[in-house]
Amino acid sequence: MRRHYAALIASLVLGGCATPSQDLVVLLPDKEGKVGTVVVQGQKGKAVLNTAYATARTTTDGGVQRGTASQSEVKDVFSSALAAQPPRPVSFTLYFESGNDEFTEQSKQEVKGLFAEVARRQAPDITVIGHTDLVGPDPSNDALSLQRAERVKSILAGMGIPAERILTAGRGRREPLFPTADGVSEPRNRRVEINVR
Amino acid sequence: MQSTRLIVLRRFLLMCAFTIAPIASWANDIAQFRVARGSVYLERSGQRLPARVGTHLQATDTVVTGADGSAGIAFVDNSLLSVGPNSVLAIERYAFNSTTHEGAFESSLRKGTLSVVSGKIAKQSPDAMKVKTPSSILGVRGTEFLVRSGD
Repeated sequence: MRRHYAALIASLVLGGCATPSQDLVVLLPDKEGKVGTVVVQGQKGKAVLNTAYATARTTTDGGVQRGTASQSEVKDVFSSALAAQPPRPVSFTLYFESGNDEFTEQSKQEVKGLFAEVARRQAPDITVIGHTDLVGPDPSNDALSLQRAERVKSILAGMGIPAERILTAGRGRREPLFPTADGVSEPRNRRVEINVR
Repeated sequence: MQSTRLIVLRRFLLMCAFTIAPIASWANDIAQFRVARGSVYLERSGQRLPARVGTHLQATDTVVTGADGSAGIAFVDNSLLSVGPNSVLAIERYAFNSTTHEGAFESSLRKGTLSVVSGKIAKQSPDAMKVKTPSSILGVRGTEFLVRSGD
């Protein structure tokens, strides 16, 4: 009997100050406001979450209870985890003049946006993939596409990004953004795609 | 003549050393710490290693944060996971094919809080990403959600 009291008191004390002994899952809208789906399977029950701020809580008997969380409740429990989210990956496309590795006038401006994004991040990893239009044979386009990627890499390296964090590749004329007939000079295909993570 | 050849050879070897090393290390790496605040550790094959921004993770690593700790991790499929204080997150399985975007991602939040933004693995195959807690299993079809593990 005494032992029972001791256990009861212990559980009251623990329940009062320790973390709650149930799981909590909250579905959030993404940056565009869209909501995905998470299926929460407990020992007995199951809940499908597919609306913004829908919650699932496990119960002591192994069930799963559906509900809704307020934004302030989300903040109370998850503020540290949310504040530690890594920045989202961002992509840039820069365009080039025909047959060389010179940026177009417009892309010269857009390079600044790339700089700002790279400077904002700690230890970014960057992938730079060069492409060409469909003028000329494979070998020279392979070389030109890599040359364009390397041009971007050297600019980023000049900003102090370590070279081993920048992966470059040239895809030549294999992946035109706008497929054209052979030999067509298409500005939208003369590009470098940059992914910053 | 010989000296130029030597210089060329040396340059070539240097180039190999600098280009092959990062590629080889990338092959095993599935993720990287992008944020590490307070005390953050990695448990890898029985060892406890400090985690900093830029530290790479391997499949089967466990991330541990202290009372003042929080950490954000970016995976190669663009899944983003972050944990709050007093958390233990075990990566149990991670595989990703960057060409087909097929893969498998299973992690276990043993305690604490977790925020998830799912990436290409969950987008490509709806049942490929799972998050477990000691009392439930989450099937992830996308995209953003939070988990607190009861203990």
